[in-house]
Amino acid sequence: MTTVAVAARSSPWWRRIGRPGIVAAILLGWILLGTVLQGRDTLGLPTTDTTALHDRFTAVRDWVDSHRNSSPFFVYFVDGIRDFVGGLTGFLQDLISQASFGRPVPLVGWLGVVALATFGAYAFGNARVAVLTAAGFTSVGLMGLWQESMDTLALTLAAVLLSLVIGIPLGVYVGLSRPVERVVTPVLDAMQAMPTLVYLAPLALFFLIGPPAAVIATLIYAMPPVIRLTSLGVRQVNEASMEASRSLGATRWQILRTVQLPLAKRTIVVGINQTTMAAFSMVMIAALIAGPGLGQVVLRALSALDVGRAFTGGLGIVVLAIVLDRVTTAASERAEATYRASGGRRSENTRRWLLVGGGALTAAAVYLSASYYWASTFPGPTRGGVIGFTIDDAVNAAADWTRLNLHDVTSAITAVVSYGLINPLQALIAESPWYVVCAVVLALSWTLAGARSVIVASVCLSLLLASGLWESAMVTLTSVLVATIIVVVLGVIFGVVLARSPRIDLVVRPVLDAAQVLPAFVYLVPFVGLFGPTRLTAIIAAVVFAAPVVVKIVADGIRAVPSAAVEAGVASGSSRWQVVTKVQLPLSRQAVALAANQGLIYVLSVVVIGGLVGAGALGYLVVAGFSQSELFGKGLTAGIAIVVLGILLDRVTQAAALRAQEREHRLTGDAEHQFDVRSARLHPAPGLPARIPTGRVV
Amino acid sequence: MTAATLALDVRGLWKIFGPSGRNGANAIVGTPLAQLPPAELRRQTGCLVAVRDISFSVGRNEVFVVMGLSGSGKSTLVRCLTRLVEPTAGTVLLDGEDMGAADARRLRELRRHRFAMVFQNFGLLPHRRVIDNVAYGLEVRGTGRDERHARAREVLDLVGLTGHEDSYPDQLSGGMQQRVGLGRALAVDPEVLFFDEPFSALDPLIRRDMQNEVIRLHREVGKTMVFITHDLHEALRLGDRILIMRDGEMVQLGRPDEVVGAPADDYVRDFVADVPRSHVLTLSWVMRPAASDDPLDGPELPPDMIVRDAARLVLSASAPVRVVRHGELLGVVDSEAILRVIVAEDAGPAADEAVPSQRSSVLGR
Ligand SMILES: Nc1ncnc2c1ncn2[C@@H]1O[C@H](COP(=O)(O)OP(=O)(O)OP(=O)(O)O)[C@@H](O)[C@H]1O
Ligand SMILES: [Mg+2]
Repeated sequence: MTTVAVAARSSPWWRRIGRPGIVAAILLGWILLGTVLQGRDTLGLPTTDTTALHDRFTAVRDWVDSHRNSSPFFVYFVDGIRDFVGGLTGFLQDLISQASFGRPVPLVGWLGVVALATFGAYAFGNARVAVLTAAGFTSVGLMGLWQESMDTLALTLAAVLLSLVIGIPLGVYVGLSRPVERVVTPVLDAMQAMPTLVYLAPLALFFLIGPPAAVIATLIYAMPPVIRLTSLGVRQVNEASMEASRSLGATRWQILRTVQLPLAKRTIVVGINQTTMAAFSMVMIAALIAGPGLGQVVLRALSALDVGRAFTGGLGIVVLAIVLDRVTTAASERAEATYRASGGRRSENTRRWLLVGGGALTAAAVYLSASYYWASTFPGPTRGGVIGFTIDDAVNAAADWTRLNLHDVTSAITAVVSYGLINPLQALIAESPWYVVCAVVLALSWTLAGARSVIVASVCLSLLLASGLWESAMVTLTSVLVATIIVVVLGVIFGVVLARSPRIDLVVRPVLDAAQVLPAFVYLVPFVGLFGPTRLTAIIAAVVFAAPVVVKIVADGIRAVPSAAVEAGVASGSSRWQVVTKVQLPLSRQAVALAANQGLIYVLSVVVIGGLVGAGALGYLVVAGFSQSELFGKGLTAGIAIVVLGILLDRVTQAAALRAQEREHRLTGDAEHQFDVRSARLHPAPGLPARIPTGRVV
Repeated sequence: MTAATLALDVRGLWKIFGPSGRNGANAIVGTPLAQLPPAELRRQTGCLVAVRDISFSVGRNEVFVVMGLSGSGKSTLVRCLTRLVEPTAGTVLLDGEDMGAADARRLRELRRHRFAMVFQNFGLLPHRRVIDNVAYGLEVRGTGRDERHARAREVLDLVGLTGHEDSYPDQLSGGMQQRVGLGRALAVDPEVLFFDEPFSALDPLIRRDMQNEVIRLHREVGKTMVFITHDLHEALRLGDRILIMRDGEMVQLGRPDEVVGAPADDYVRDFVADVPRSHVLTLSWVMRPAASDDPLDGPELPPDMIVRDAARLVLSASAPVRVVRHGELLGVVDSEAILRVIVAEDAGPAADEAVPSQRSSVLGR
């Protein structure tokens, strides 16, 4: 104790006021300078203006376009890939979604597809998910979304097939070799952590817009989970089983085939589930580069502000997402159960007969759907289907009604968030001179995250300045910060509730899990209806999208607080509120830091997509880059700026979280019961979805 | 023993774990570093000597037991014999063939045909039925399905698992699982069986059962067995000879009665302290030279008779028992000697000193 006091007295002033003091000082200085210098040197750039850098990117695009048919790199390599992926995708589309083989309809009509999907769900999963599948597929047909759904499915299927064909062998290889793992892991981290919107433009540049580029973009996003989980599965195999196998003289290949692969199967199937869900959500976003399907429906409706249509499209997405998730989850549960043979002879026999019968019925349905019009084209009007337009209208009416009657509520929320958070923050971040903001960011990373982060931060800031999109980046940053603040506050509140009540947790957790498998896209729809096309819509959608993961991390962190500490708190007579605020929250500070870090990345990806619905800034520039040829370079730069912003936020918050963890360890001297930031990050809980950017962007 | 009757001949075997390289694990044997005490060596090089200069040989059909406390290097030793762990130095001759010289293919050949191993943690394949686990070694060899299943059925019968062919390992009890492990090793009909603490994960009753099983199997199929254990009772029950290890070194090698009767040092003495000595020691350990005044009209017994078996006769005889081999009088055993062994083990090791004072009362009967 004495030494501490002596140290405090003799240490320089900045030690004495402590970390919170320094942070407060920095913020105070920022507010003062920002107010004085507001509006100066904000480096704004009108939407249609470009800088030399942007024009250079556009020139690169033009060069690529003009050499597409002459350079061997394009003719053989790029077009080779494009043709191959396009061939596979086109074949699947011919089968289920597009007029083909000289017929006015696809080869397999709706009856055949429903039968096949239901049969597959039963064969790989169970009867319950088979019923769910039949109902889901029929309902998208009834909504008039049959063809779009089939396009989405064909693209998803193509991307998943390719992901598995490449990803599983690669995953096995990674699992067998440590050096390979060390090379591949950072690449996978980067593939997953980049906001999806960002790599669409470069891909479209090389592979042109359309289904092949959409599938390739999906591939990049969806492959990491299956690689990761396959390698994890192979690596996790019990050393004892492998040694026993080796002791009997098995070759490496025999060990792989008879021991490692069978034992890794369950984990690989979990990887397939995650890859499927990732592919499905990415196919929606690939609508921006002319990937056909449900994403197109929502995208078009959103840009026309047709909330009803967007809602119906979104509903179709939700239905299919739930079907895909449940079926692949049931498949992994079956993989789990197969080597237990717990079902008993009897039920296995029944199942076998059902499979045979179902197979015959499915074959009949496929045949019918290929031969008869009624079984080929979904009944009901081609546009809108049986109930599609009814839903559209009902939703539009409801949206109108809320706009009219809940106007007070929504405008109150708008006012609170705008005047309470967005405007002041925006004034500070986007309307202060750039040098003030840079200085503040560097000072904050120095205090909270250490010297190493200052280097990262300065590189990122320089790149943002060089991009010529400083002001847009700052506006986006404002939205991201606002959404993150809200989501962390909510996350802490609900995390505490969940952690303290197992009963609530039991009910809420499945909902959170389900919410996580939905594509970010669909979260925009309801809020466009409520708040119209504003940046608040993007912020609220981002909050809703990121909330599940943040709540879960906080809840798990609080639950990891050693019960001895809680008991000590209770024993010393603390009230429930005191236990939460004085014991549980302080001890789960790292979990909260991690939640903030993950929240930031989730939020960023939605805020960017919010560019589609009027959130402006970087996201809008990316989208504009797709639609306006002369803005291509600017859009590309905006994409890069998003990545840079992401790296900046991610690295600094992660370093800060790690630092908090180290401080805690030094204080308590107890490394065992701590929530480990690094490992929680690199090994997300099984419930976390594929889209979680599990790694650091390097 | 001549070379022809040796199943296994081990000379100067070392295993050192640690970084390789100039000052690493493979550059220690034969240098002064090798003489350093373990802690000092670890400090200087970061290496750990798990097996230090061990030599022994195992005769055909012998049950050879390796014993030592946890961490003494038993598992490492037995894995070096089969090259599941690559030895750092030394030679291992299996049936006269140098194991160290075998290339990968030859090594696989040897593993497939000549020896098999039973593991402490069973090492079963959880996704395969019992019968496929037992047949696994044959499958790896490339034996056809019907043939290997037929053989697996025979073996399952031998280890008492008939009727469980189609179960999965996790549906069996621990003892039954280890029977599967045993069956898997037996199925390939190896010449040498290695057991790495096969029963230490089982509870005492089942362990006893399985030990009987091994004794029975040894009687029926007569294999050479190298058996690792840290349980002295197990070692004494099963072993023809016992090798005791400490910190990677061989401390003593001998028959069970030698180990109990003449512990090489305090480590071994501690080890054998609570063994019922009367169950292990033979008369040659308790006899004394015949004194001139000894009456020599008592019964005759051979010197390798276990004390417990001789006790009743000795105690009821009116004169000391004569220990005789080939008509030659080796010594005599009286009630006092027998009681000393039995009383000592009843009172526990701490009572050793108390024996003399009790003697008078015993004799005063
Ligand atoms: N792969 C390895 N790398 C480094 N050290 C090892 C390795 N395997 C074993 N050791 C060390 O070698 C020593 C001997 O271990 P070994 O497993 O042979 O002991 P054991 O006698 O079988 O013990 P137990 O009764 O616990 O099984 C131990 O100190 C152990 O830590
Ligand atoms: Mg061992």
